[in-house]
Amino acid sequence: MAQSPLRLHEKSRSSLPIEYSTPENDLRIVGFWIFLAAELVLFGTLFATYLVLQSHTAGGPAPKDLFEVGPVMIETIVLLVSSFTCGLSTIELRRHNKKGLIFWLIVTVLLGLVFIGFEVNEFYTYAAHEGATLSSSAFLSGFFVLLGTHGCHVSLGIIWITGLIIQIAKRGVTPVTARKAFIVGLYWHFLDVVWIFIYTAVYLTGWVM
Amino acid sequence: MMDSFIHFLLHRFFVTGDPMIYGADASIALASIGIVVVVTYLKKWKWLWKEWLTSVDHKKIGIMYIIAALLMLFRGGVDALMMRTQLALPNMHFLTSEHYNQVFTTHGTIMIIFVAMPFIFGLMNIAVPLQIGARDVAFPFLNALSFWLFFFGAMLFNISFVIGGSPDAGWSSYAPYAELSMNPGVGQNYYLVGVQIAGIGSLASGINFLVTILKMRAPGMTLFKMPMFTWSILITSVIIIFAFPAFTVALALMSIDRLFGAHFFTIASGGSPMLWANLFWFWGHPEVYIVLLPVFGVFSEVIATFSHKTLFGYAVMVWSMVAISIIGFVTWLHHFFTMGNTAEVNAFFSISTAIIAIPTGVKIFNWLFTMNKGRIEFSTAMLWALAFIPNFTIGGVTGVMLALAPADYQYHNSYFLVAHFHSVLIAGPVFGIFCGLYYWWPKMFGYMLNERQGKLAFWVFMISFNICFMPMYIVGLLGMTRRMYTYPAGMGWTPFNFIETIGAFGMGAGFLIIAYNIVWSTLKGKRDTTGDPWNGRTLEWSIPSPAPEYNFATIPTVSARDAFAVAKTQEDQENKKERQLFQPIHMPNNSGIPIIMSLFMFIAGFGLVWEWYWMVIPGAIGIVVCMIVRSFQYNDHHIISIEEIERTERAAGRLS
Repeated sequence: MAQSPLRLHEKSRSSLPIEYSTPENDLRIVGFWIFLAAELVLFGTLFATYLVLQSHTAGGPAPKDLFEVGPVMIETIVLLVSSFTCGLSTIELRRHNKKGLIFWLIVTVLLGLVFIGFEVNEFYTYAAHEGATLSSSAFLSGFFVLLGTHGCHVSLGIIWITGLIIQIAKRGVTPVTARKAFIVGLYWHFLDVVWIFIYTAVYLTGWVM
Repeated sequence: MMDSFIHFLLHRFFVTGDPMIYGADASIALASIGIVVVVTYLKKWKWLWKEWLTSVDHKKIGIMYIIAALLMLFRGGVDALMMRTQLALPNMHFLTSEHYNQVFTTHGTIMIIFVAMPFIFGLMNIAVPLQIGARDVAFPFLNALSFWLFFFGAMLFNISFVIGGSPDAGWSSYAPYAELSMNPGVGQNYYLVGVQIAGIGSLASGINFLVTILKMRAPGMTLFKMPMFTWSILITSVIIIFAFPAFTVALALMSIDRLFGAHFFTIASGGSPMLWANLFWFWGHPEVYIVLLPVFGVFSEVIATFSHKTLFGYAVMVWSMVAISIIGFVTWLHHFFTMGNTAEVNAFFSISTAIIAIPTGVKIFNWLFTMNKGRIEFSTAMLWALAFIPNFTIGGVTGVMLALAPADYQYHNSYFLVAHFHSVLIAGPVFGIFCGLYYWWPKMFGYMLNERQGKLAFWVFMISFNICFMPMYIVGLLGMTRRMYTYPAGMGWTPFNFIETIGAFGMGAGFLIIAYNIVWSTLKGKRDTTGDPWNGRTLEWSIPSPAPEYNFATIPTVSARDAFAVAKTQEDQENKKERQLFQPIHMPNNSGIPIIMSLFMFIAGFGLVWEWYWMVIPGAIGIVVCMIVRSFQYNDHHIISIEEIERTERAAGRLS
């Protein structure tokens, strides 16, 4: 057997779940966790910027003039449910169930698309009906860029999961595809956590204050 | 139509009107044609592509980083000499004020982001996997991508001075001056996009090396048995991961301000220029430690090796670096004490800044104690390390002076400050980079740099450095402020400025001697046949020079610090026998995707700079396609057979 290029201590890996079954997978998963730490700082900076600029409405619309409870609640629930279905895909992954894995990933992608649809509609409503655009005020610059960054991440996740579904359909549940599915799951849950902070820091404070 | 196109080319696209720019145009064209002609004549295109441009080997990537950094050092150095020529005497008209602003901006940006950073990435690529007994970094493909992102980011930034005009808002690019309303044109866009692209590469490197060091150490090498350079890179990687995303955001927000009309840092519509200063320095101050801690690691290796002793106070060295990395995140506001903070805020940052001198001082004493009762060998690398200690300490002490907020109202933005940060950044990173270059050169290329020429270069550079920067402290206290493009006679500044200019050209001469030394040694340098020219203490010296593709034919087992020094003292019969038991080695394949994807990044970036969305879109599509192609690649490893390992090891004299 060829030696791993990555020379890790060859502990018994048979007791580990499939996504951790090779040393290289282990490295990639750790690397992705660290990447998420960097993402945390990235979003943290955007949140700090938003909170500093939240009151700088420059005579334009303020948070409570814009934010509507209904659509925000629906998109929140949709995204939270997508995180749940993503978790179900990981369970199927560990049962080596290719069909179940693909099914729940497809459900996750569809829910992600619904979320993006709501968000685009929200942005469009603000811009077209309320005249609230990126360049209206510092508050709106902060709002659109914070939510836009999150939305771009979700969109990228949709493309990513779609590509992965094709790979899993072709290759089945192997250590490599399992690792990829697990990592995209980490990414998806992370975006969910970011959304909870957006819900709190942007919408809740916007309604209340 | 045609007329307006030509008008655009002559008045906006190409920078015109200055003879020096035409000289630059001509030399860029000649150098590019020269490279193409030489490579074609030698029929080396295929070799260049297969062996270098697509390589994922950390040693080759390290070498490419260092070559690129040396070229950038030349460019940044020419900028410095242009500034010093302009300031040599009062009322000079060598540069216009506008041109001078561009030159100090590119000098600062290039020296920090395109010289210090890639040099450090180069050294860590070369040394870290070898020091920990690994065959490559954790993510070799990502490593190549990091390099090419840095490279194309640097190229994008550099073409600004002949195409479109350079940024002129200083390397810190303070808002609102760097915003569109006061700074129209493409110059500032080049800064924002070029630095952004390179910064993504840096962040990826930080993640890569953190995982490499945490997960890929040879069996037995616990964290506290790692070489000190590896420790410094571990800590630096953590700083990169927590500092760079803030900069990514800051650059993106200013880009969105300029390109899409947002109001993050503008004065109008509720923007906050101070937010830029905070975000920039939240990255910018840790950045100082990103370029400083790795050279602390280099000096630790070099001082221990050439004192022929183990490093004094190993654990304290580690914990002081950890302390520096943490405190380094809470000092950023000292860069703008004078911008109207409350006294309480200034007091906090004043104290945190002064405190950081303590762990740094601890390290200085540890290096001194390492030399105490050692058998010191004055090699070129050791000379750089020895010169670092007093010169850096001067920079550190003046740093504590600047840290005192009330006093800072006097020093702020004066040449005293300029002298301080050059004392720190030249005596630290620059000395450390040259030190590491002389130390690891044999491991990189298999031959030594000539020591006589190296020592001459050291003395010329080090003395000139002091001639250049010591008068700056004085002229700063005499009231000369930074970034002034000329000054009147009769201020008492003239003799100091003239001496500084002499020193600057002396440093240029020192650099040229190093360049000559590299060329001379490449042709006539002594071969390093042993793999251990300095009687080294760490694992990189246990393998042949240059290291084979797979680094270690068999992975060593480590039982103590200074693993190789310990191994050399033991009878190694068992080890020798073990060496025969090779196993096939899995290695990652080369890939063209990193360079191609980074090229698309360059195309998209150039489009953004000029707001040409017809160019941004294909560039962005290219990037996404590269990512998808990579994701669908499964066959990305090859196997090195036992026969080939034996052949390589025999050629290096490691097998009888």
